[in-house]
Amino acid sequence: MAGPGYDDVAAGTELGLQQYQVTRRDLVRYAGASGDFNVIHWNERVAKSVGLPDVIAHGMLTMALAGRFLTDWAGDPGAVTEFGVRFSSPVVVPDDDKGALVEISGVVTGKLEDRQVTVDVTVRSAETKVLTRAHAVVRLAAVPAQGGDPLEPP
Amino acid sequence: MAINTEYIGRTYEPSEPYEVSRVKIAEFADAVGEPSPLCRDRAAAQAAGYPDVIAPPTFAIVVSSADSSKVTSDPGLGVNYAMIVYGEQSFTHVRPLHAGDVVVSQSTIEGIGQVRSLTTLTTVTEIRTVDGEHVCTARAMLIERGA
Repeated sequence: MAGPGYDDVAAGTELGLQQYQVTRRDLVRYAGASGDFNVIHWNERVAKSVGLPDVIAHGMLTMALAGRFLTDWAGDPGAVTEFGVRFSSPVVVPDDDKGALVEISGVVTGKLEDRQVTVDVTVRSAETKVLTRAHAVVRLAAVPAQGGDPLEPP
Repeated sequence: MAINTEYIGRTYEPSEPYEVSRVKIAEFADAVGEPSPLCRDRAAAQAAGYPDVIAPPTFAIVVSSADSSKVTSDPGLGVNYAMIVYGEQSFTHVRPLHAGDVVVSQSTIEGIGQVRSLTTLTTVTEIRTVDGEHVCTARAMLIERGA
């Protein structure tokens, strides 16, 4: 737990840019974990036959990366109480070792009761917004995490 | 417009119970790169106040999509699946799903709309424990492109 405390953030507090690499291997792994085996996420021939430039990432994988961005910031994978996105453009994942780069940043837009804050998230790949209207409500710790607990040895 | 608007407001039968397991949570956390020990280590999760390891926020799709796909494949609704793209997704969590939860999903067609040649279909899936505790609401909006 290393997230900011509720009192440490205000409207305008920025969540710094993070970059996530998404490869074909990641798509296969997400397909297995989620149960979404839609062919356009792993078969280039089929993806192109339906008019896509190449295999594309699951929209839900992109949303999950944004979820991870938020929970990393909050320091608790249970901190996101509301999260909604619009899938505005696909993340195209080429068949190479680098894959696609997804860049995520955010900003606190307001403070709610019960230690919750509203956050707008920006998610881009290849200089295009791939998620829009990405809004979340995140519950923060009452106090910020300290560098170590003096009552316990490291 | 092929999607049958008479289905607006229709609520489907609840799903079979789904048991959230530690292994599935860890597998999902690995797949989305979520590094937190709270998704893998029961003692760490309990130290943070949770009953067991917790799922990342979008894990609910594993539970809800199986149920909402039952809706979109309803022949009476008339969805042309080849023309469908995923428009929007949202989750509202009362609390995180955790290992040991046994949950039931129930989906309702909230709306069917028309924007130029596009038809939108919004489904709401409520996820509750078998004891009736509301855990999560998942809302999906699909877009059917005009033929």
